[in-house]
Amino acid sequence: MDLPETIKVALEALRINKTRSFLTMLGIIIGVTSVILLISIGTGLKTFITEQLEGLGADSLFVMPGEIHFEPGGGGGGGIPGAGVAASKFTFDHISDLKREAKTIKAVMAYTENNGTMRYKGKSHITQVAGVGPNYQEVRDQKVVLGSFFTTSQYNSAKKVAILGKTVADDLFGEEEPVGKKITISDQRYAVLGILEEKGGFGGFDMDDQVFIPATTAMRQFDMEYIMSLWVQSQSSETIPQTKEEIEKILLKTLDDDEFSVLDTKSILGVISSVLTTLTAALSGIAAISLIVGGIGIMNIMLVSVTERTREIGLRKAVGATPQNILIQFLIEAVVLSFFGGLIGILLGMAGAFLIGRFFTTTVTPWSIALAFGVSSLVGVIFGVAPAYKASKLNPIDALRYE
Amino acid sequence: MLLQLINVSKIYRPNTQPIQALKKVNLKIKKGEFVAIMGPSGSGKSTLMHIAGCLDVPTSGKLIFERIDVSKLDESALAKIRNKKVGFVFQTFNLLPRTTALENVMLPLLYAEHSYKQMKTIALKVLKAVGLSERVYHFPNQLSGGEQQRVAIARALVTNPTIIFADEPTGNLDTKSGEEIMKILEKLNKEGNTIVVVTHESHIAKFAKRIIKIRDGAIIS
Repeated sequence: MDLPETIKVALEALRINKTRSFLTMLGIIIGVTSVILLISIGTGLKTFITEQLEGLGADSLFVMPGEIHFEPGGGGGGGIPGAGVAASKFTFDHISDLKREAKTIKAVMAYTENNGTMRYKGKSHITQVAGVGPNYQEVRDQKVVLGSFFTTSQYNSAKKVAILGKTVADDLFGEEEPVGKKITISDQRYAVLGILEEKGGFGGFDMDDQVFIPATTAMRQFDMEYIMSLWVQSQSSETIPQTKEEIEKILLKTLDDDEFSVLDTKSILGVISSVLTTLTAALSGIAAISLIVGGIGIMNIMLVSVTERTREIGLRKAVGATPQNILIQFLIEAVVLSFFGGLIGILLGMAGAFLIGRFFTTTVTPWSIALAFGVSSLVGVIFGVAPAYKASKLNPIDALRYE
Repeated sequence: MLLQLINVSKIYRPNTQPIQALKKVNLKIKKGEFVAIMGPSGSGKSTLMHIAGCLDVPTSGKLIFERIDVSKLDESALAKIRNKKVGFVFQTFNLLPRTTALENVMLPLLYAEHSYKQMKTIALKVLKAVGLSERVYHFPNQLSGGEQQRVAIARALVTNPTIIFADEPTGNLDTKSGEEIMKILEKLNKEGNTIVVVTHESHIAKFAKRIIKIRDGAIIS
């Protein structure tokens, strides 16, 4: 009996017992759906963060306190990168030192991040308040769409002015024009100078859920002695290595080696990439365990099926089925179950990724689909062999007499 | 000479509790014969049929099938012989449930590598020969006992075998259906088919042209 015929026979046998076939596939379906979903969320997260960092520019460097490598930014406002956990020792003097002495630096900016409560006419909104420099728009490549940013003189005088992210503006002002109005930030009155363009978000992170005030003002507002981190713009992406050297040289004059780290977007990306890849792989590995469980389910059902169909197997042998015919038939039944389970799982996973895509960025990669197909078929073969072998070895005479 | 058993013995469970089902049996069956093998329960008549039909191998002795010694062939080779040369009819019909009569009859052809169209044509033909053209798409549970056995006979015929073995073919049928089945076998024999019926009932054995009596694993007449 040739392969297409055998597949037809196998399909027929599965069709006769649709409910059982479906229940058997369920383990594989759930496993594959989870794997596809997890991989697509993980890949989407990686893509999102990569894009954000690239938006910061390949010419950016970040000076962070302590000896830590990059840690994902905390809190709901989603500052990128987040202020470090280690104690910072950066002062405005460091900023002027860098500006004055480094040759390859285009711009330096202070960056602080604190939680604050914004209030306007009875409405309140709690989110991240970022303290930045007047050159924020160039350093971050994010411009105001309404009103204007604060000026250098406003910065130098630590004026109480604020620029709102779109989400904050919508929440506090609704349809009302925010520019020129006064809000309170942590019980201090601030004037709203402008609204920033939208940057989007990922899951719980909303980039537009932030408020920006001068770093000088933030230091006083939140009673900080030191600046949390410094953002540096190199003249170009090619001069990054030199800039890194210059920053280290200049800062080492007043700080210890283990009190600061200089990171560039490429190395941050590298770390995030590998962390997310590892995380995605680990989660997928866990999901893959359900694939093994599904495979065991297939094996169980095939064993039961073989026992139930003992007389049928005896009959097939009596009319001329060789042991190989029987082995291949039952093996194909197992593979068909796992393959179709994989197919349904992939479709469900893609549908799920699409639905979740409204909240999280998701990317369904072709290789994850190929992997799911391959693994699920393999599961069918591995877990189908034992029952199929058992079936092929049945003695036809005994089998025909089986009750 | 179609079929010859030479000093065939069969011992079940040779290592634990040996049962000698057949004791040095000798038997010859010619082409076109209608033979009945008659004996009480436990006489070894079914074992004899299984070996003659290549469903089982003798413990000792030789089975010559169409002049070839098949006594020592492996299961794969025996299966191929069964497929092309032997048709079986069982007491309990042994039709595949939830499968149409037509598909049941087509089953042996599946293992003989025909195209689907060829299989269908041949199957319809033999179903017509047993008078079931009106029932080809019925499931076994929609057919009477006699009709199910007729499907089984059609299935036995479908590969145009050289010999047909029927093991108590009327055992699960009422008298009238049983008679109908035996008449069909008679007709098939008249058309040139070699038929061997295994039975314990003499009124069934009487349909055959030669009766072989067996008791305690040995032929007695």
